[in-house]
Amino acid sequence: MAIAKKQVAKAAPKAPADNLLKLYRDMLLIRRFEEKAGQLYGMGLIGGFCHLYIGQEAVIVGLMAAARPGDSVITSYRDHGHMLATGMDAKGVMAELTGRSGGYSKGKGGSMHMFSRETGFFGGHGIVAAQVPLGTGLAFGHKYREDQGVCLCFLGDGAVNQGQVYESFNMAALWKLPVIYVVENNKYGMGTSVERASASTELHRRGDAYGIPGVAVDGMDVLEVEKVGRKWLAHAREGKGPVVLEMKTYRYRGHSMSDPAKYRTKEEVSKVRAEHDPIDTLAKKLLDGKLATEDSLKEIDREVKDICTQAADFSQSSPEPDLAELYTDILVEA
Amino acid sequence: MPIQILMPALSPTMTEGKLSRWLKAEGDAIKSGDVLAEIETDKATMEMEAADDGILGRILVPGGAEGVKVNTPIGLILTEGEDKSALDKVTSPSQAQAQTPAAAPAASVAAPAPQAPVAQPILQKSYNGPTKRQTVREALRDAMAEEMRNDPNVFLMGEEVGQYQGAYKVSQGLLDEFGPKRVIDTPITEMGFAGLGVGAAFGGLKPIVEFMTFNFSMQAIDQIVNSAAKTLYMSGGQQRCSIVFRGPNGAASRVAAQHSQCYASWYAHCPGLKVVAPWSGEDAKGLLKAAIRDPNPVIVLENEMLYGQSFEVPDDPDFTVPIGLAKIERAGASVTITAFSRMVGMALETAELLAKEGIEAEVINLRSLRPLDTATIVESVKKTNRLVTLEEGWPYAGIGAEISAVVMDQAFDWLDAPVMRVTGEDVPMPYAANLEKLALPDVAKIAAAVRAVCYRGQK
Ligand SMILES: Cc1ncc(C[n+]2csc(CCOP(=O)(O)OP(=O)(O)O)c2C)c(N)n1
Ligand SMILES: [Mg+2]
Repeated sequence: MAIAKKQVAKAAPKAPADNLLKLYRDMLLIRRFEEKAGQLYGMGLIGGFCHLYIGQEAVIVGLMAAARPGDSVITSYRDHGHMLATGMDAKGVMAELTGRSGGYSKGKGGSMHMFSRETGFFGGHGIVAAQVPLGTGLAFGHKYREDQGVCLCFLGDGAVNQGQVYESFNMAALWKLPVIYVVENNKYGMGTSVERASASTELHRRGDAYGIPGVAVDGMDVLEVEKVGRKWLAHAREGKGPVVLEMKTYRYRGHSMSDPAKYRTKEEVSKVRAEHDPIDTLAKKLLDGKLATEDSLKEIDREVKDICTQAADFSQSSPEPDLAELYTDILVEA
Repeated sequence: MPIQILMPALSPTMTEGKLSRWLKAEGDAIKSGDVLAEIETDKATMEMEAADDGILGRILVPGGAEGVKVNTPIGLILTEGEDKSALDKVTSPSQAQAQTPAAAPAASVAAPAPQAPVAQPILQKSYNGPTKRQTVREALRDAMAEEMRNDPNVFLMGEEVGQYQGAYKVSQGLLDEFGPKRVIDTPITEMGFAGLGVGAAFGGLKPIVEFMTFNFSMQAIDQIVNSAAKTLYMSGGQQRCSIVFRGPNGAASRVAAQHSQCYASWYAHCPGLKVVAPWSGEDAKGLLKAAIRDPNPVIVLENEMLYGQSFEVPDDPDFTVPIGLAKIERAGASVTITAFSRMVGMALETAELLAKEGIEAEVINLRSLRPLDTATIVESVKKTNRLVTLEEGWPYAGIGAEISAVVMDQAFDWLDAPVMRVTGEDVPMPYAANLEKLALPDVAKIAAAVRAVCYRGQK
């Protein structure tokens, strides 16, 4: 297991099994958190749009395992998983979903708009692909300040058709900016399959015209994601410019809560769940390799469930924002 | 204790729904993720998944029940180790309600779905033909279908307008009738397809470009303003651009700052564009048809919250609402209220309330924001001597600011009080429920403004 060795070599004191268990736990935390969010939505405690990340957990968890403190992360509205993986607190995320003062944006941003300067998470953006130039700008900042940071900029398979993506690619390649464009190809942009939206479906090759290398990755395999992530993060850190990583993944739930998902068959969803689930796949590896027992995995499940239950409790007990908050945070007092 | 299965909310606007059918029977083992039942929301039929493992112990609300309120217990799950006797221990008050659903549905079917109380619009005098009761959503769809039947150059383009039948189901059935040549699903590329539409219009076609919501038109605003609006002028009158940009505008529900704002003032600002904002089904159908026939670029600002509201709608393929004319929805002598889109309903509601205080408000449904029917507004103000403007958007350089200037200019001597504007607050839209409510106009704010211009104290 090359990655695990590398981690040891990098003077990480952890044993390989610890690394794998952490990947497992981080993915499971996202899964359970999203299930909880779905329930709270059903109870009317969360309003508006709520886009769940279930099925795609390996992408962010694998990449965050490869990233370093000081790297920056930016994504779209399907963002809860990214927040948790950068280390944001489940309570604060859930309380933002319920629009309470204890939320990361004091309840003013909601599901699609959260930020944490502390963990390097730069949102949380509702306009498809708008985060791509922004992420490119974060990378510009890393290079300008020479802080060795890299920006991980996430976008969907639908977002890749927006013009501003290519304007960004050109600048990033031209100026060799330290940015990893992670295309989370979950096969659909809302109800439109990649085939119906994209003339070329090899999304990792979208940087070809700018000389940006591209790699297609099994985004359901967290170890593969981590391995590829390490390689290209190092590449970007060395000043060699951007890369496009196309993560082949899948979203289990509807686009948002009100999507009846009639554009795909139930069999399609259950097949991925049964054969490629990122969490089940890793669990099997852990059990087969005798790196964990059924009981120790259950124990992890209990731990993350507790976190999610507490987050859900907090998200209901935290008070609504003070009415005066309506008029704050519009401009910085100068 | 058995776990209660609660009626879920499956869309931002859902308060109740139909429990279409159960896919599990009492006694069936269930696993988290299994589909338990099908629920019909205001938009679609959705599947409801189990969140827990166990056995479906009891069904509390049978399949077919309509008007089931969100959060009503609809079933009970026995968890590991529990037997049936546990079911009888569950006695919550809400459950008692839910347990007699067999009789309940009939009653709730008969009662009309709850709606904002609205006065029926007075149909234009010129129209005496047949009408039918339709939702705004259906009226918009029929407007497009009729014009597409009429003119082979009209086509519809946008995200999810075809196979998905419209993100808000406005284009339902159009792909079936007109085929993929004329009902075109685009990639998510607003600037690209808006510009492509403008080019197609230069070439003589008549595109209807749908923005999934107007928030996304900001991606394309350069093509709308610089290419669609200005080319006739720049070409000395040679190059026309007959195109419609339409979609839901304004605040929806709890979708936060990037997904809820009003573009009325943005587009009405620009010479070379026409801008309309329908409220009723009649407005929606008549204005959209007029927009499609118009030889100019027309922005049609719809509203998601109105899509499900029903009105009497003219049922005649020749019916249109002329762009540039307002409509007096309610006559009154005490004060004039101008409004457009969803705010018309709110103005009418306020007018009914104020009538009880002896204030008779004249409510003008602007319908068209550019050109603005200044004649109707000025005439009304000359009669009432008082004006309150109402809009959901921001106050700064808003539609109300424009109307105030017009009235200063043309009816200054008739005013008995300064014009008052009721608008959305001057802030990005917050997500939190309590703040969102505060950010938008409501009946109380409108009533307070009306009382103020009438120099009446708070009732
Ligand atoms: C500019 C813009 N256009 C349209 C939308 C509406 N919209 C929200 S998400 C979405 C689909 C995006 O799909 P994809 O990029 O594949 O991301 P995924 O949802 O699959 O994560 C659309 C059309 C939007 N938010 N912004
Ligand atoms: Mg996608």
